[in-house]
Amino acid sequence: MDATATTMEGASKAPDTPVFYLEEEHAHAEGGSTMLGFWIYLMSDCLIFACLFAAYGVLGGSYAAGPSPKDLFDLPLVAVNTSMLLLSSITYGFAVLAMDKGRVGQTQAWLAVTAVFGAAFIGFELHEFAHMIQEGATPQRSAFLSSFFTLVGTHGLHVTCGLIWLGTLMVQVAQRGLIEANKRRLMCLSMFWHFLDVVWIGVFTFVYLMGVLR
Amino acid sequence: MSTEAHVNHTHSHADHGHGHDGGTHATFGGYMIGFGLSVVLTAIPFWLVMSGALGSNEATALTVMAFAVVQIMVHMIFFLHMSPSSEGGWTMMALIFTLVMVLITLAGSLWVMYHLNTNMMPGHDMSQIP
Repeated sequence: MDATATTMEGASKAPDTPVFYLEEEHAHAEGGSTMLGFWIYLMSDCLIFACLFAAYGVLGGSYAAGPSPKDLFDLPLVAVNTSMLLLSSITYGFAVLAMDKGRVGQTQAWLAVTAVFGAAFIGFELHEFAHMIQEGATPQRSAFLSSFFTLVGTHGLHVTCGLIWLGTLMVQVAQRGLIEANKRRLMCLSMFWHFLDVVWIGVFTFVYLMGVLR
Repeated sequence: MSTEAHVNHTHSHADHGHGHDGGTHATFGGYMIGFGLSVVLTAIPFWLVMSGALGSNEATALTVMAFAVVQIMVHMIFFLHMSPSSEGGWTMMALIFTLVMVLITLAGSLWVMYHLNTNMMPGHDMSQIP
């Protein structure tokens, strides 16, 4: 230690010699920084949605003499849709709790319930889109509809990707059980899923509820 | 002298940021509280808009937005398990940075485009101004 110290004093012209960093180099546990990295991915995703919300905020009133939100939006259907996503959030929470206790079957069951609710959400959304397009309210009808389909469609696409990821993880858990890597993946998907629910709060408030109020 | 200070500094760095990876901080009670609050915070805005109980549209819009902000915070705390100390404070740091960017994007776009719309519409023809 003394020897190092003197060497350091001698080399004080170059204060940041690599010695310290090499000495303090320590092993990182596998996946130790995955959660933070995934969180930063979610934050960048959040910026995508911020841009789409901004586009909708700017263009949401440009109907081009076409249908307005009041003519198109069916609030009871949106309420059912919202409850589907909210229920899928809590059932994913139960899956995480079961995972913490190491119960494979219970985890899989809750994941399956989550997938059903998520699929129901996508089903209702596609039904709504189909209905709107059938009435002539297509994305190319007006700037309002373009931005509406882009924003809500991107969210729906995220949920669809989440469902594919969920299915993949169920296969993984079935094959390898609740190993450390699978737990980490399930926690990442948990963040993704709850994050999509947070985005949906913005969608149903700014697009549907405030659209009807316009 | 300076060496020791440096070494200590590096040690303290190595200490925090590790060993937080234990559980998922998830509890049944936490999820149920979050779910209950979310149901209430979702149901009230829908009811307000569908029944028009508040009368004026502006008041309803502001109330609905306030409910959304509260519900987003509920989800962050009870479902995403956000806390100022998770990952050594870095998740919170990333979140605050993102919120600032989101705010600039939304407020900036709406502000600029509102002024463009009101000041540069074809209707506001300069020749019509006496």
